[in-house]
Amino acid sequence: MIFKGRVWVLLRDGKLIDDIDTDMIFHNKYLAITDIAEMGQYTFDNLEGYKDFAKKAQPGDIIITGQNFGSGSSRQHAVDCFASLKVSCVAAQSFGAIYKRNAINSGFPILTIKEIDLARVKTGDIVEMDSDAGTIKKDGFTIGNLEPLSTVQKDILKAGNVFEYAKTL
Amino acid sequence: MPMTLVEKILAAHADEDVTAGKIVWIGIDVRSARDFGGANVVKNFKKYYPGGKVQDPAKTFFTFDCNVPANTIPYANNQQICRMFAKDQGIKVYDVDAGIGSHVMIEEGLGYPGSTVVGTDSHLNIMGAVGAFGQGMGDQDIAFVFKTGKTWFEVPGSMVVNIHGDLPKNCSAKDLTLFITGKLGTKTALGKAIEFRGPAIDKLDLAGRITLASMATEMGAIIGLIVPGKEVLKHFGQKKAITPDKDAVYEKIIDLDISSLVPQIAKPPKPDAVVGVASLNGREIHSVFIGSCTNGTYEDILAVAKIMKGRNVKPGIVATLVPATMKAWKRLLKEGHISTLIESGFVVSNPGCGGCASGQIGMTGEGQVHISTSNRNFAGKQGAGDTYLASPETAAASAILGRIATIDEVMK
Ligand code: SF4
Repeated sequence: MIFKGRVWVLLRDGKLIDDIDTDMIFHNKYLAITDIAEMGQYTFDNLEGYKDFAKKAQPGDIIITGQNFGSGSSRQHAVDCFASLKVSCVAAQSFGAIYKRNAINSGFPILTIKEIDLARVKTGDIVEMDSDAGTIKKDGFTIGNLEPLSTVQKDILKAGNVFEYAKTL
Repeated sequence: MPMTLVEKILAAHADEDVTAGKIVWIGIDVRSARDFGGANVVKNFKKYYPGGKVQDPAKTFFTFDCNVPANTIPYANNQQICRMFAKDQGIKVYDVDAGIGSHVMIEEGLGYPGSTVVGTDSHLNIMGAVGAFGQGMGDQDIAFVFKTGKTWFEVPGSMVVNIHGDLPKNCSAKDLTLFITGKLGTKTALGKAIEFRGPAIDKLDLAGRITLASMATEMGAIIGLIVPGKEVLKHFGQKKAITPDKDAVYEKIIDLDISSLVPQIAKPPKPDAVVGVASLNGREIHSVFIGSCTNGTYEDILAVAKIMKGRNVKPGIVATLVPATMKAWKRLLKEGHISTLIESGFVVSNPGCGGCASGQIGMTGEGQVHISTSNRNFAGKQGAGDTYLASPETAAASAILGRIATIDEVMK
């Protein structure tokens, strides 16, 4: 699959931010919300430096971030808030285990970054991520690599979510 | 590629290559839900598959153990929702009289060496005791497994814990388990499959293996696996055990020597805050609980009955005991051990999770010092008091003396 869009590079002190937990992504004070449409507005409102993310995000945007993204609680909101904003995918160097389960099961695309040249990409650039070729490109030039998607993730993405996938069996 | 034990078990249930770090589809031999989480599994199932049937009713089970028989209306409602769904789908329910689900599965041979088992119980990785893959999951995940008979899993990396030396006479499998938990803490094995090895592990009986495997969760591990020996294979009518390949690659190898081990105890509020029992010797206690999926087997209770024979719980100490399953209960009753325990001053309750969950056999109050044979001593888990985790032997000795004590003090 190809994801092309405007990119958000989540940086602190020149490095991708590690360990962004579910409370920074979607704070527990909003957990009572059950309607996905309402979740987007609170995305990252507890992440230092990106509190205005939800206001500025546009459909199709891509997020690039560091290791252990989505560690912490098992809340599904921390995945659904991106779907709510129509963010096309989150690419991180690694994900928390439960976050990964939730994202894959709900059919939200997450990509794992093997390497990326941060000198060649900044927030606002248009970037193309090809999960089959495993490349991250800007202006036609490769600026990084991705881990291939598992068959599991492909199956579920194609069906929509894990429950829809079950119906195809 | 040579495979670790977890890779081998999962590979036997997958149609694709299985290596650590890969996400693969695996077929599930046993799909279960308990009274905790079970009603939500039903709710999800009905929401996503209205009118749908579970994939294989003969491999699907409900086990009620958290709160049995229900002592709150919400639990009673949840159990009833599960019963109605089970009846509709032709699923067997191990109801409020059966005992702890994971133990019932081993006892009944539902989960067996080499099998894959998932359910809503976070200690289902206890199946590692018999060389099976077990995993607790959320209620959406389990609803999916009910419908499809499979799930996906990220194959964990593996590590080996080599145990050197023999277990000293005054120590039991729980002391070994607490010792390992203390050494590993919650980070060393995080997200990994542990393979426990060594002569002392080989010598553990099924009950001891269950004790060790039950605390993989507290070690932060995905599962703690033990290659089945003769006794375990015989229990399941199997001849040959699945073993890891000789040249399999492990992320870590940890060597621990237990030849001079002394009885161990975990201080509140962390299961890995483990010290020697003797270092806390003399601390006054107020209550004792013996049971849970960690120490509720026939063998565990028998060890306690032997200590209590001709001895008494110190007046003023609340001592509760809950065998894990009805089968164990009946055997203990028939052999006279239940009467020994009751004569000695124990409150003995019907099988289940008992003093580990939901306060079914009582909670602790503020300031109460409590010794439990279960696996978690987090604040609030067993009430407002302070819970120490120890072996059945240490718990029994402490009940007799009314203070934290080693078995050596009563069995001179
Ligand atoms: S005894 Fe405790 S840890 Fe074990 S299954 Fe029951 S509630 Fe869970």
